[in-house]
Amino acid sequence: MNASAPSADMIDLAIVGAGPAGLQAAVTACELGLSAVLLDEGAAPGGQIYRAIETAQVRPPGWRELLGEDYAKGGELVRRFRASGADYRPDHAVFDISPDGGLGVLGPDGARWIEARRILIATGAMERPVPLPGWTLPGVMGAGAAQTLLKSSGLVPGGRTVIVGSGPLLFLVARQLLAAGAGLAAILDTTPRANYRRAAPFLPGALLAGSSELRKGIAWFMAIRRGPSLYRSGVSGVGIEGSEAVEAVTFTVAGRRDRLACDLVLVHEGVVPNVQLSMAAGAEHDFSEQQVCWRPRLDTFGRTSLERLLVAGDSAGIGGAERAADAGHLAALAAAADLGLLPAADLKARARSALARISRKLALRRFLDALYRPRDEVLAPPDDETLVCRCEEVTAGELRRVAAMGCPGPNQAKAFTRCGMGPCQGRMCGLAAAAVLARASGRSMAEVGHLRVRPPIKPITVGELAGLEGVGAPPAMGPLLPTAPKDGAGA
Amino acid sequence: MFRRLFEPQNPVAFDFEGETVTAGEDDTVAAALLAHGIRHTRTSAVSGSPRAAHCLIGACFECLVEIDGRPNRQACLTLVRPGMRVRRQAGPAAMKNGGGA
Repeated sequence: MNASAPSADMIDLAIVGAGPAGLQAAVTACELGLSAVLLDEGAAPGGQIYRAIETAQVRPPGWRELLGEDYAKGGELVRRFRASGADYRPDHAVFDISPDGGLGVLGPDGARWIEARRILIATGAMERPVPLPGWTLPGVMGAGAAQTLLKSSGLVPGGRTVIVGSGPLLFLVARQLLAAGAGLAAILDTTPRANYRRAAPFLPGALLAGSSELRKGIAWFMAIRRGPSLYRSGVSGVGIEGSEAVEAVTFTVAGRRDRLACDLVLVHEGVVPNVQLSMAAGAEHDFSEQQVCWRPRLDTFGRTSLERLLVAGDSAGIGGAERAADAGHLAALAAAADLGLLPAADLKARARSALARISRKLALRRFLDALYRPRDEVLAPPDDETLVCRCEEVTAGELRRVAAMGCPGPNQAKAFTRCGMGPCQGRMCGLAAAAVLARASGRSMAEVGHLRVRPPIKPITVGELAGLEGVGAPPAMGPLLPTAPKDGAGA
Repeated sequence: MFRRLFEPQNPVAFDFEGETVTAGEDDTVAAALLAHGIRHTRTSAVSGSPRAAHCLIGACFECLVEIDGRPNRQACLTLVRPGMRVRRQAGPAAMKNGGGA
């Protein structure tokens, strides 16, 4: 174990995120003799997918069966990581990144600036924010959020719960909550019927690529259908009612409005890459029409447009846990090769099986992306009254108004409306605001662009910044540091 | 709204606005408050509307609370500690000398 502070020597590879991509990257890097530090916001390794996997050992009997074999698989990866010799820093948030290998890190002992020869971003995904009427009410959460509470604390919804949305995770969470005895009032599937038709051409390829995954998905679905009649498909026009908290969910099904009283609504419309750090670093990104989100532009090994920066796992585009671990392995190999620590022939040999697995699964992903592509009303809320920016309380109507004034993109809309200026820094509203502007001006999401991500990307006090330790000045933090007034205009 | 599937092995007690809340040792503050039936944990900075944890993974910043006098703590990323004092965050965090640190 490297017990010395990360800044004592130049680190070969700094990894951000302790999910499958980051953990596997650390294991591979250490095997190749690289010095690796792994920084993670969480208190224990596993990321969201394998969250609390180590404490799962001490839970009551039946716990691991409840969460399933895919979850249990994380245990082996975490064990290999613990044995790898990587310098593991839990409870460490990265608040800044520079294109040349610097990271601003905030941990329990304060802030420090570290530098690494290579940085691997493995920050995973987040549930796609779904702006609905009433979505800011207490009692509206992501379905993944409920799963997080289940994994980490053994919490299950106890009152009347409605699950609404689309995507594989929706069925997995519904199955787990039913098995755990949660009081579900309904499962409302918003997958548009047209998606089944659009996905059909990809089905044969998906069956070849991932018959076991598809079987698993169908089993989750059937488990839900076999239970009490909770499941309704073809749902649209979802809204949430309540004054101080959730009281009911309203929706349209088969041309009729319906209303269900409930106290918890779990919303899920798929997951999107967490690109906050790769954008803050200034790497090139492209808008993926297939996954309806921004993704860093990468080569097959995860190298970005910046020499020192790589991205792996779901933060590079949604691919799931197994693909993430393979991508973490490839990124660590690339970092080693680029640093002259792995000959080109070895790179090829060590990469072969991971590359093959990744390419085999591509057809399955194409099918899932087509089947669960979010419908238009999820991407850009049709009702002008719906809040898009939760922090600054900016409605879709206000965004349409500034679009009509000629506002070309989310950065200009931010200046006009404050959309994206609150504490979440556009994590929740960025995609939806851009979609509203794109629809209003008849342009594509790629043309409209994305919110610029500005450091610090995590909350940090001025006192913590002033106490910053480490080598070199953080270049991206420049504007926040005192500068000499220019041209005598120092007012 | 939420109930526990199993009781915490090593319970931790902390203070939420004068009320004692008992949590599991590896609960986050957000999980502990949800398990205790607390519905809203802050009011929004613009309209003062009630808000609560939404994403549980540190992205939405809806679970911001004041912990031991320090505002803007993400309850979903902070583990409970015995004796910690947690308060709802009302509107925007107040500016004060020392930055609340």
